[in-house]
Amino acid sequence: MAQKKSQRPSSDDPEELARTPLQAVLLADSFAQKFRPITLERPKVLLPLVNSPMIEYALSWLESVGVEEAFVFCCAHSQQVKSYLNNSQWKNQPGPFSVTTIESHDAISAGDALRVIYNHGVIRGDFILISGDTVSNMSLAQALHEHKERRKKDPLAVMTMVIKHSKSSTLTHQTRLGNDEIYMAIDPETKELLYYEDKVDNSQRLISLDKMLHVDHPAFNLHNDKQDCYIDICSPEVLSLFTDNFDYQHLRRHFVKGLLVDDIMGYKIYTHEVQSSYAARVDNFRSYDTISKDILQRWTYPFVPDVQYFGNCLQIRLDRRGNYRAPEVVQSRTSLIDSLTLIGDATTIGDHTVISNSVIGQGCTIGDNVIIKGSYIWDNVTIEDGCKLSHALVCDGVHLRAGVVLEPGVILSFKVEVGQQIVVPAYSKVSLLPQPSKQDSDEELEYADASTGVVESPSGYIWSCEGGIEDEWRYSIAPIPVEKISEFFENAYADVDVLDQDLSIPASGELLHDSESTGLGEGEDYKDSADFEKEVEATFQRALAGVDQDIVILEINSLRLSYNMSHADCAGALFYSIMKAALLVPCSSKNELYTSSMKEIVKWKNLLKHYLKTVDEEIEVILKFEEICLETAREFSPLFGNILSCLYDKEVLSEDAILSWAQEKEGADESDKILLKQSEQFIKVCITKFGQLFFPINASLKTKFGQLFLFRWGFFFQMKYVRPFFYLLE
Amino acid sequence: MDFQVVVLAGGSSKKLAPLVSKEIPKPLVPVANRPVLSYVLELLEASNLKDLIVVVEGEDTALRVGGWISSAYVDRLHVEVAAVPEDSGTADALRAVVHHLTAQDILVVSGDLVSDVPPGAVAATHRRLDAAVTALLCCTPVSVPSEAGSSGGKDKARKPSRVNIVGLDHTRQYLLHVAAGGEVEKDIKVQKSILQSNGQIEIRADLMDAHMYAFKRAILQEVLDKKEIYHNIRHEIFPYLVRTQLKSEVLNNGISKGEERHSGITYLQNTLDPTCAVLDRTHACCAYIANKSKYCSRLNSIQAFFDINRDVVGEAAHLSGYSFSTQNNFVHVSAELGSKTTVGPHCVLDEGSKLGDKCSVKRSVIGRHCRIGSNVKIVNSVVMNHVTIEDGCLIQGSVICNNVQLQERVVLKDCQVGAGYVITTGSEYKNESLAKK
Repeated sequence: MAQKKSQRPSSDDPEELARTPLQAVLLADSFAQKFRPITLERPKVLLPLVNSPMIEYALSWLESVGVEEAFVFCCAHSQQVKSYLNNSQWKNQPGPFSVTTIESHDAISAGDALRVIYNHGVIRGDFILISGDTVSNMSLAQALHEHKERRKKDPLAVMTMVIKHSKSSTLTHQTRLGNDEIYMAIDPETKELLYYEDKVDNSQRLISLDKMLHVDHPAFNLHNDKQDCYIDICSPEVLSLFTDNFDYQHLRRHFVKGLLVDDIMGYKIYTHEVQSSYAARVDNFRSYDTISKDILQRWTYPFVPDVQYFGNCLQIRLDRRGNYRAPEVVQSRTSLIDSLTLIGDATTIGDHTVISNSVIGQGCTIGDNVIIKGSYIWDNVTIEDGCKLSHALVCDGVHLRAGVVLEPGVILSFKVEVGQQIVVPAYSKVSLLPQPSKQDSDEELEYADASTGVVESPSGYIWSCEGGIEDEWRYSIAPIPVEKISEFFENAYADVDVLDQDLSIPASGELLHDSESTGLGEGEDYKDSADFEKEVEATFQRALAGVDQDIVILEINSLRLSYNMSHADCAGALFYSIMKAALLVPCSSKNELYTSSMKEIVKWKNLLKHYLKTVDEEIEVILKFEEICLETAREFSPLFGNILSCLYDKEVLSEDAILSWAQEKEGADESDKILLKQSEQFIKVCITKFGQLFFPINASLKTKFGQLFLFRWGFFFQMKYVRPFFYLLE
Repeated sequence: MDFQVVVLAGGSSKKLAPLVSKEIPKPLVPVANRPVLSYVLELLEASNLKDLIVVVEGEDTALRVGGWISSAYVDRLHVEVAAVPEDSGTADALRAVVHHLTAQDILVVSGDLVSDVPPGAVAATHRRLDAAVTALLCCTPVSVPSEAGSSGGKDKARKPSRVNIVGLDHTRQYLLHVAAGGEVEKDIKVQKSILQSNGQIEIRADLMDAHMYAFKRAILQEVLDKKEIYHNIRHEIFPYLVRTQLKSEVLNNGISKGEERHSGITYLQNTLDPTCAVLDRTHACCAYIANKSKYCSRLNSIQAFFDINRDVVGEAAHLSGYSFSTQNNFVHVSAELGSKTTVGPHCVLDEGSKLGDKCSVKRSVIGRHCRIGSNVKIVNSVVMNHVTIEDGCLIQGSVICNNVQLQERVVLKDCQVGAGYVITTGSEYKNESLAKK
């Protein structure tokens, strides 16, 4: 750095002045919980990936692409990350690469992290944004050059995303890294990203692209054979965009989509496709497995175990069968180490043990007749005789007693002990720490109890699978079971059959139902109030059927939130449902209708009251009632006055509301006033009763008592009601 | 080649009124003084496709078209003319003749196509890829590119022009997506299953469907029979075939589903790799994309009529069949020109027409036996046969049909004059369509 500074003043060339050291932001927190329960005890970036912490791969790569300043953002377990970095080769090392940590404890998303970084004001130019679990060996020179060139031409090109070809399976809809498939539209000429969809809802069979896309881009490619490497070259604007849009949380779901959809700002995102080099991110256990294998198969060269890239790397040798072995391994003559396996330092392996496609950490003790297949065993693990492990992940300090069987997909977190002869079922996750759970039903399971009854020391909690078993296989280390595949295969055919039938219906060649179904998906946010009313009505019907009122209130509240409605809307919709219910009772005369509606109103008074907290809502109810009388159910119109007074008597409506309504109506058309006239009598009563005043409704009698009235009631009205009162008083 | 050709020539076209009349049905509308249908027939003949069925609307039309074909193409082509009721859809027209077809593959061509793309190339692509349907796609001339670039703000307000949207695979041979009829103006909706099985779809909005399709006869017959509600080839049958290309209930009767599935699964279990399991295509939909230098246009509007006439005597002059002089125009030997009369480049003056003195003809086509007086100016126009134009007329951007009489000093701008119409002395018209009641 010192050298650089001394060089800088010598050149006044603007090109050179604009050159800032290449910076990188490394998020040492994935803001996800895919690696739980392990990540409860150790941050994800420090988990060993082929016996080196993941962050080593990320930092080594950043150094190799010429980054000079890397900012490591740590949040969860920040102390561990910091102390690791302080003790690592990255601190105080010679050369231009410096690592600085930025710490925050309240960040819960990548968006928060970038806002914190923005506030630190350390980013001065284009920077590389990666997460700490990235493994890559790509050269960024080309992508950086393209990014800079674009920026010169168009300052709105704020980001370049690195993508890689990777075809996802048509059956499971996930890539070999276990990521969900992504749909992207890219302009083949400019490489501009036009569309990005990663949370794919496979129940919808059509992808809908904006029709405006082809106005600017007569030809573009729609891909689902690309994988997002989560390596982004960003301009400083990205940080300020995150700060401006404080609701951006997720880098892709919010930021990328936000920029693509909202074209007001005109920011553009471009892509850079990696051809032959490696770039991937350890996002879940499946990608952990895949990337580990890729490292062993040397796709990530030079970041492979036998190259002295990482400072703390021991001399590991690679033999002809693709096995890596640390020097101090003690191995029995009768044991067999099959292809693609790494054995860490100071590990002993007993007789007749067979190990294949696995990574074994340092200081492990493996007994006799053990079979280890496709598993990841971290440091200081003890495996006694006769254990069978297949596709399992075993963390530091785990002790497997004799005869333990780990079925595919098992995760054993730190220091778990498993008693003799126990078979740990597939996809179990066991940790010494209890599962943080929202429900109270988190049962403590002593492992011995759950098994064959061998008395054992308690060893941990079995975590229940969050997404259910259904999703567990997707992200597990274990290969996808054959049954699943054939099930999907069947489904795929069934789907297509359904699809055909659906598609063959349209008469005009226009796919009406399809456009409808996708339209719903698109326009969910725009459901109008009519829908809301219908939903409330349906909920109310359930109340009629005997569902508890509290539950109904809860449901309506949730509806209100999901439709973004006000309390007043709820009150109106609920009142509408009540009156509809009253109408359902068969009645022959006006009086019968009146009594039946009375009954309903009394019955649901409390429910309605729940939403009538202020005058606003009460007015809304009256307006709704008016609407009902005039439009939907004219049967009520002769009863308007009566029911209104009844509502008043039952203390559903207050006089304030009725008076404000009456006065709002004062200025309306003659035709609108029918109902007002009907209730005139009642309103007068109302006024006399509460103001002890005669408050005339007829315009001719607007009056002197007003002043008093205002004095008395003015307090109760909000500003918007005061203004009309002045009108009344003039 | 075992190909049979169906030419859907139409008959009365409301869009082309008043150019089309009882005497001149749409197939016989002249382009550079010969019927538009002749362009298709000669194109087919050049590809050695000589077994044709021409389907026209109405018996009258059938007689006229049949008469013309037998006189013009006797000994050259084997043509049958079939009549369908007026206002039939293209699919209905095809349905009427499809059972007379015997060849393995059928080429369906619109009779109003003016192009130099060899149908043989389309047919060859069809055969090579063993496709169920192959469509000819042409690059649309990039229309007003400056507009898109100049005003960024205006783009948003501008409605996307009505274009074809097609999706191609990365080799640009297979057709994966076609916007069906009414969907063109809506958002682009792509089927996920097709995208998933191909990985990538290139969405193109700059290709025009030229309405030349090669079908497998068996598939075409099956679809026409099963889907009687479909009336249009381009908007219904073709999109239907494209969107059901992964699996189609209509086309699967022959192949037993169970068998196919069974083989799929055993294959899968052999490999145990989920990525290998790809849904099989049941039928391939292909596209032949014509070279950008090829000319391709359809006479389906008045504007297209002007454009084609202009192009055929201009940039695509090789289509017209005239041998142009060094001045890039064609004046028939029997035509007579008065003194100081000029005929500019990109003009055709046909047999027996007479021009008076001091006339000027620019970028126009003048038919046979027209009598044109002195001081007449004809620009960017089409004058058909036996038209009389008296002295001092000015004709700009207009079509004058057969036997029209323009009396002295008539001024026409952007007008269409129907057959036999008489325009009186000194009249001026702008942007009008004139026809006999």
